[in-house]
Amino acid sequence: MIQAIAFYLFAVLMIASGALTILARNPVHSVLWLILAFFNAAGLMIIVGAEFIAMLLVIVYVGAVAVLFLFVVMMLNIDFAELRAGFVRNFPLGIAVALVLIAELVLGIGAYRAGALQLGIPDGAAAALPGRGNIDSIGAVLYGKYLFLFETAGLILLVAMVGAIVLTHRERRAYRGQQDIARQNARKPSEATVNTRPEVGGGVQL
Amino acid sequence: MIGIEHYVVVSSILFVLGVLGIFLNRKNVIIILMAIELILLAVNLNLVAFSAFLHDLTGQIFAMFVLTVAAGEAAIGLAILVSYFRSRGTIAVDSVDRLKG
Repeated sequence: MIQAIAFYLFAVLMIASGALTILARNPVHSVLWLILAFFNAAGLMIIVGAEFIAMLLVIVYVGAVAVLFLFVVMMLNIDFAELRAGFVRNFPLGIAVALVLIAELVLGIGAYRAGALQLGIPDGAAAALPGRGNIDSIGAVLYGKYLFLFETAGLILLVAMVGAIVLTHRERRAYRGQQDIARQNARKPSEATVNTRPEVGGGVQL
Repeated sequence: MIGIEHYVVVSSILFVLGVLGIFLNRKNVIIILMAIELILLAVNLNLVAFSAFLHDLTGQIFAMFVLTVAAGEAAIGLAILVSYFRSRGTIAVDSVDRLKG
């Protein structure tokens, strides 16, 4: 009973905040609704006993990704009213696409309920450890069977980090009179001074 | 009793909301990126629910990898957005085809 109440509470809140994410006028409000959606999704995951992914969702999404969004929204000085111009014009097409998708998903769920497809039976290679918690079991599978995939995930994050830095890094422009110490030290008298014998009235080339 | 169907229905609704968000806010890249995050969240929810109901942890491991890729995608997307904003002064997606150079 309590499980059903919690499920419906989290599900309704998640869908409502997901809808408000895409409909809010102010992108800052969008980000805040997105955070609420993530929290409720974490609640839904805790109900089925996936605590580790739920905590990861809160830490990674709310702590990092949503704050990154908030940071970018506030850093760029954008006229958001202008960006909403096509909202009403795109509305019918968007609703049509959404209805088609909903119809397909309802069809799929109906086919599943009618017994059209059999879910496979897991071979037990990645079953939870008996008598241990969710995090222990995930650790055993992640650092055993999926060790190399885990390291590849770390590599992907490294590439993403380097890429983001390369894309946004700006070379500081040298201002007038900036001292370049390496160039000063490398200067020699032979290349710093030059002897000329100018013609009378001809001037010198500087 | 809450079954797998409940979770599949909820995550389908969330998925469709994400797709709708991409269609409705076609000019605003920030909202489009957030809609993509919603889609990936729906996929994650599905993976975790199936993993829990089938008593197999592979789904949760995969949800973690999806999370990794989503974080990387958000970082790169926002970095591209910032550098685009610096060169154009706007983030309207209609004029992105000028990036062809």
